[in-house]
Amino acid sequence: MSDSKRVLLIEDEPNITEAIRFVLTREGWHVQTHAEGRDAVETVRERKPDLVILDVMLPNRSGLDILADLKADADLRTIPVMMLTARGSSPERETALRIGADCFMTKPFSNREMLDTVRSLMAGSP
Amino acid sequence: MTTFNLLVAGCLFYVATLFAVAFMAERLVAQGKARWLRAPIVYTLSLSIYCTAWTFYGAVGFAARSGLEFVTIYLGPSLVMIGWWLLLRKLVRIGHQQRITSIADLISARFGKSNLLGGVVTVLAVIAATPYIALQLQSVALSFTAVSGAAETEPDPAIAIWVAGGLAVFTILFGTRRVNVNERHEGIVTAIAVEAVVKLMALLAVGIFAVFVVAGGPVETFRLIEASEIAVWEFQPGRWQALVFLSAAAFLCLPRMFHVMVVENADERHLATASWAFPLYLLAMSLFVVPIAVIGLDRLPEGSNPDLFVLTLPLAENAQAIAMLSFLGGFSSATSMVIVAAIALATMISNHLVAPIWLRSGAAEEGDLRRAVLTARRAAIVGVLALGYLYYNLSGGGAALASIGLVSFAGSAQVLPALLAGIFWRGATRAGAATGLCLGFAVWAWCLFLPSLPVGEVIPAHVMRNGPFGLGWLRPQALFGVEGSDPLLHGLFWSLFANTLGVVGVSLGTIATPMERLQGAAMVNVDTVGAGPVSWRPGQADSEDLLVMTQRILGHYKAQALFRSAALRQGKTGYLPDADQIFLDRLERELSGAVGAATAHAMLTQITGGGAVSVEELMRVADETQQIMEYSAQLETKSQELSRTAARLSEANEKLTRLSVQKDAFLSQISHELRTPMTSIRAFSELLRDGGEGMAQEDRERFAGIIYDEAIRLTRLLDDLLDLGVLESGQISLRLDHVRLGTLLERALAMSDQAARLKIYRPGREDLMLETDGDRLVQVFINLITNAAKYCDADVPRLTISAKIAEGMAEIDFVDNGSGVAAEAREMIFEKFARATDTRAAGGAGLGLAICREIMLRLGGTIRYLPGQGGAAFRLTVPLSPGWLEDVTAAGRA
Repeated sequence: MSDSKRVLLIEDEPNITEAIRFVLTREGWHVQTHAEGRDAVETVRERKPDLVILDVMLPNRSGLDILADLKADADLRTIPVMMLTARGSSPERETALRIGADCFMTKPFSNREMLDTVRSLMAGSP
Repeated sequence: MTTFNLLVAGCLFYVATLFAVAFMAERLVAQGKARWLRAPIVYTLSLSIYCTAWTFYGAVGFAARSGLEFVTIYLGPSLVMIGWWLLLRKLVRIGHQQRITSIADLISARFGKSNLLGGVVTVLAVIAATPYIALQLQSVALSFTAVSGAAETEPDPAIAIWVAGGLAVFTILFGTRRVNVNERHEGIVTAIAVEAVVKLMALLAVGIFAVFVVAGGPVETFRLIEASEIAVWEFQPGRWQALVFLSAAAFLCLPRMFHVMVVENADERHLATASWAFPLYLLAMSLFVVPIAVIGLDRLPEGSNPDLFVLTLPLAENAQAIAMLSFLGGFSSATSMVIVAAIALATMISNHLVAPIWLRSGAAEEGDLRRAVLTARRAAIVGVLALGYLYYNLSGGGAALASIGLVSFAGSAQVLPALLAGIFWRGATRAGAATGLCLGFAVWAWCLFLPSLPVGEVIPAHVMRNGPFGLGWLRPQALFGVEGSDPLLHGLFWSLFANTLGVVGVSLGTIATPMERLQGAAMVNVDTVGAGPVSWRPGQADSEDLLVMTQRILGHYKAQALFRSAALRQGKTGYLPDADQIFLDRLERELSGAVGAATAHAMLTQITGGGAVSVEELMRVADETQQIMEYSAQLETKSQELSRTAARLSEANEKLTRLSVQKDAFLSQISHELRTPMTSIRAFSELLRDGGEGMAQEDRERFAGIIYDEAIRLTRLLDDLLDLGVLESGQISLRLDHVRLGTLLERALAMSDQAARLKIYRPGREDLMLETDGDRLVQVFINLITNAAKYCDADVPRLTISAKIAEGMAEIDFVDNGSGVAAEAREMIFEKFARATDTRAAGGAGLGLAICREIMLRLGGTIRYLPGQGGAAFRLTVPLSPGWLEDVTAAGRA
């Protein structure tokens, strides 16, 4: 599906990556992955995905720093970003939203919930 | 013949003149124009009050009766002025430095500001002076009677009363106008200097008249002298020496002499002039004594009173002017002596008798001390003159003038031992001085004073003859059976002997108080210690200093209000009241409230007195300071305690905050570690539940596998957490045993599922017998092996496990051939959730090394990272089995 939407999943937990990839692929998404904080921004710039799913706790670089870089970049800031975190603290959520995350999901989440969120994000974007 | 009225008018005119002189002098001093009034010559002339009516009239009588003996009366003071000049200077210096107001004050100050001694000296001085004042009244009355025409008859007692009353008024007017701290009276001193000139002129006039007019020239006079009894007068060395000594002592100790010499002295340099000028004055006074006596004896009728020759000789020769001058000379002598004596005695009475009683009575609380002192002085002046008149009346004017004078001298001389001991001997004590004074005074009263009163009036005749209660050895004129000597010498010897013995003996046997010691040192060493007389500054300057000091203590507002109200009360405007006693008392009370009584007193003393602060005051200041210091030490201790508590609290708070932050971080970490596997489990189980049918079998199995793995991971995490919790809380129960290291390693390798990845080398001693909990140690081994398997990034991962004995412990190293732990991470790896990398592949939660550390701690061993081994390297130390270690050591030695 050449015209299918592309999502870049930046997540270090292989099993979670596997689960999200499976769910989104089944829904017609083209899923690409990146497993650590290093080079995440470059990967985004290179792939120009329609959506970025970004884990907060990544090896080598925090997801929040990556988010800040993305939102500071004129070319990349329009790409919607969905943050994922396994930490339940709300300050982290607020920080993420302030920096410019488009939505924020706490692990564990239901597949349906994730899909609904992704759909609504895509509906709002051009 | 001069009429009585003319004489009275003359006297009144003379007194009025003196009054004017005194008044003018005070005015000039007040205007600050009277520097000449403080000239040394005025000081020298004022000393002439030594020459009283007794000297003026009596010397001639003395010469007529006892030949040249009268010279002793002049010789004593001359010797003192010339020979004891240094002693006088010392007295004057002490007087200036200590602000001495009288001889009683000096004795009192020297012996620790003793009120008792001051009182004793005062009483003694009053009693000793009374006959002398009586003598002056008598001489004035006699001369009055003689000049007014009724020569040789009994004088009218009314004259004495008038004279006494007049003198009292004059003295009160000029002696007690105000209370000066330094007790100087320029007006009176000037009047006395004038009187000194008048009496010298008068005596010289009579002498010249007698020699050149009556006798017909010096040659004739010498002939008369040669022919008289005086020429054959027999020199009595004992009596001579005693009289010289007596007059010298009296010159120093008479209250009035002390007053003019020390208290009224404005500058100690005046003494230098006086030391030659005063003996000259005395020489001039004595020049014509013998001629007048001889000519009088020759010309006047048999039985004439030689004590009045100075007056009766010109009268007999009908030289009215000379007679009048002579009368005025005698009058001058008497009045000047009485005035100064009354002032000196009144000062002593008010300061040492009235003031202490008044202050102790509590009246001082609301009363006006200055008014009280002035009233006391006026009353004292009247009292002193009344006593003199009473004595005059009692004695009936019968005794010879000279002998009364000598008795009085002897009484005053009783102060001498205490005085000399006080200023020359630091060892003299208050008890010694008091004993000597009382003894000397008692003996003097018994042997000289009481017998001087008419026989039968005070001491019955039989007591004089047989002693009191028939005790012969106590006869007034033959103590201890020493009979036949001159009564004066007898009394003088015994009184001064007992006196000196008392001063020295008791002083040696008693210990001086600190106050006495300080005062003693200050007086004895006045020449070396004191830089000279302390200049007296007028009240205004004091007030300024006081205001400055008070502002520092009470603050500007309060100090100025206090000073202004005091100035208003004195009828002045501005902020500077006179520093009088009332104001100083009030100021002291105010300051006491702020800095303590002793300190306030010491401060005021220092500023107003310019004098030294006494040891007692210093002690009290020290006490106050100590109390303040104790109090502030307590405060300091408390505040230190408080700040320590605060520091401990803030430390505890910091620790709690740190713990709280750690706890939050830990909880957040646990949340993360729990949620991560949960996420996979939830996602895949949801997939399996919802899309089971359409899913490839392969996927389904894979998902189920993932769910299973993640569940295991979750369980392991929970186990680790619980394990760590138990270890950290110390609630772990260890099963210590003696185990062979090799056995434990085998178990650990067998249980490590990932050990297969590694090539294991075990080159060390594995026969080591450990004393440890085997299961727990195996847990540590597994952790280390698993870590090596997880993190060793070498192509062919290898782990070397080697053991040896070091310092009585088993030392077991786990070294792999990977890239090791980054230097900055080494400190962290033993902390909870401190994974060196975030790679989840290993599936650990980052609690492994934290658990290892806790276990090793409980087992009595250690675990640490070994840097520089080429790869990740951990060293464990584990206690060896003691028995085994001994055996091995013994075997090794053998």
